[in-house]
Amino acid sequence: MNLAEKILAAHAGKDHVTPGEFISAKVDVVLANDITAPIAIREFWKFGLEKVFDPKKIVFVPDHFVPNKDIASAEQAKILREFSRAQGVNFFECGQMGIEHVILHEKGLVMPGDVVIGADSHTCTYGALGAFATGMGSTDIASAMATGDIWMKVPPTIKFNFKGKLPKYVSGKDLILYTIGQIGVDGALYAAMEFGGEAIDKLSMEGRFTMANMAIEAGAKAGLFQPDKKAVAYARGRGDRKPVVFEADADAQYQAVHEYDVSQLEPQVALPHLPSNVKPVSQVGRVYLDQVVIGSCTNGRFEDLQAAASIMNGKKVNSNLRCIIIPGSQQVYLDALRAGYIEVFIQAGCAVSTPTCGPCLGGHMGILAAGEKCLATTNRNFVGRMGSPQSEVYLASPAVAAASALAGKIVSPGALA
Amino acid sequence: MLKGVVHKYGANVDTDAIIPARYLNVSAPDELAKHCMEDIDLEFVKKVKPGDIIVATSNFGCGSSREHAPIAIKAAGVSAVVAGTFARIFFRNAINIGLPLLESQEAVDATEAGDELEIDLEAGTVRNVNKNLVFKAKPYPDFMSQIIQSGGLIEYTKHRISKGVVQ
Repeated sequence: MNLAEKILAAHAGKDHVTPGEFISAKVDVVLANDITAPIAIREFWKFGLEKVFDPKKIVFVPDHFVPNKDIASAEQAKILREFSRAQGVNFFECGQMGIEHVILHEKGLVMPGDVVIGADSHTCTYGALGAFATGMGSTDIASAMATGDIWMKVPPTIKFNFKGKLPKYVSGKDLILYTIGQIGVDGALYAAMEFGGEAIDKLSMEGRFTMANMAIEAGAKAGLFQPDKKAVAYARGRGDRKPVVFEADADAQYQAVHEYDVSQLEPQVALPHLPSNVKPVSQVGRVYLDQVVIGSCTNGRFEDLQAAASIMNGKKVNSNLRCIIIPGSQQVYLDALRAGYIEVFIQAGCAVSTPTCGPCLGGHMGILAAGEKCLATTNRNFVGRMGSPQSEVYLASPAVAAASALAGKIVSPGALA
Repeated sequence: MLKGVVHKYGANVDTDAIIPARYLNVSAPDELAKHCMEDIDLEFVKKVKPGDIIVATSNFGCGSSREHAPIAIKAAGVSAVVAGTFARIFFRNAINIGLPLLESQEAVDATEAGDELEIDLEAGTVRNVNKNLVFKAKPYPDFMSQIIQSGGLIEYTKHRISKGVVQ
C-alpha cells in the first residue's frame, strides 16, 4: 500500500484497502469555517442529537468574512460562536488566530497520520504533514460531527518526483503551479497526489504546505508528503497528540508516476482564468498590475512574508498599484513584526491587514473593479474570483509578487537586480 | 422522470461561477438561487424554468467545497446536471443534498442548448427528445445508491444513528 492507503486502512480498521473501495473512516479532525459551518450546524440539528461525537475533534474558524464585513456575515460568525460555546468545540476567534489552513498545524491540531475532513476545499493543505486531509461539503461535515466517521472512496495515487536542486527564487508555489500546468485542473481528478524527490526533501515545511494546499486545483482528493524528520520535528511539541508516521510499502502501487527535473525551472505564473494556465515568468509578456496581494492559506506563512520582505527591503511599491499584505495568522503577524518585515512593508507603501481569507475569494479587503489586474499569491484565478467578472487574477509566489509590486508589472525577482 | 430544457456550458464551470463568494454571507437557498451562474451567464436566472437541466462538457463544479453551489442550482429549479465529468467535492455535495447528477460524455456531445431532455434516474438514461437519442449514464457506485435511496446523507446517517453507530 502507498501512503494514502496506509492511513485510510488504519482509520477504517482494515489490514488492507485498494483504490475504488468504499470505506468508513474514523476522523481525527473535522473542520468548518464561517461560510460552511452555518449549513453544517443547520443539518446537524436534523439528527435530533444533543451533542457532537467529540468536541475536541471539531474545529470552527471564522476566517472568510472577518472581521465581519457586514451584518449578514456577522450573523454567520455568531452561529459558529454560539454553537461552539454550547458544545465545547474548538473555536478560534478573529483577532486570536487566523486563516484555518495556517493555524490548524501551527496550533498542533493536525498531526502526521491523521484523517482530516474540512468543509473547505483547501483542507488538503495538511497533507504536507503526512495526514490524509480532504475537502468536503457542509452536509458531510454535519454527518461526521454526529458520528465521528465518514464514508470515503479510496483514491488511486499519482506520484510526482521532483529531481534536481531548486534555482534561486523558485519555491513550492512554483513547483505546484508547474505541476498543475502540466496535468491540468482535472489532471488528478478523484486521485491523491504524492510529492517526493530530492527537491522535496530539501523543501521547507512552509513550501510543502503551499504545494499540498493547491492539490485541489488539479482536482485531487488529497496531496500528500511522506513525513520525514522535518515534518515530525514540526509537529512534535505542538498540541497534545503524538505524530504517527505511516510509510509506503516498497511495492506500493501508483496510478502513474511523473518525474520533473526542476534544476532549470523558472518562477511560474498562472494566467487568467484557470490555475493550469501556467507560463514561466519570462514568457508572460508585459502585464501592468493594479493590485498585488501577498497572503492567503496558500502563501501567508512566515517564510512567504520573509521572501517578500527581502525583495522589498528599502524599496517602494510602484505608484500605479496598491500592494496588500495579509499575514496568515496572528503568530505569523507577530513573528513578521519582530523580524522587522512589517516595517519593511509599511515603508514600501503596502497595506498590512489582520489575517483573513478576504480578497482571495472576493470577500473583502481588496476587491477588484472591472478591467483591473491583480497578481496574487492565492490559489484560484477563476472569473470573478477577486471581484468584478471583468477583472483578471494572476497567481505566483511571494517573491514574484513582491518583485512585481515594485516594478508595477509582472517580473521575475531576478530581473530586478 | 425528469424533463426539462437544456442550458449548456463548457468545461471547468467552477463553483465561483455557479455562486460567487460575495453572496456567501447568507445560506438561504432562495437567496443563493438569485445569483446562480451569475458570473458566466447573467441571463441564466431570468431564463431558467422549473425542471430545466444544465449540461456541461467536463469537470463541472471544480473549485470550492461550498455546498451553496448545488443548493443554488437546485433552488433555481434545475432538476439535474449532465456532464462528461464532475469535480469530486461537487459530486459528493450534490448527491448529499439530492441534486441528481449524470455522467455521460455521449449525451453531452449530442446535446445543444434549448434541446429538451428526459432523464430516468432509475434506469440511468438520458433521452434527447428533439433528436430522439437515448444515452446510458455511468451508474452510481453501490454506496452512493444507498445514500440516494435513503433520501440523502442526512437520512442515511439518521438510519445509522438509529442502529447505534453513535452511543
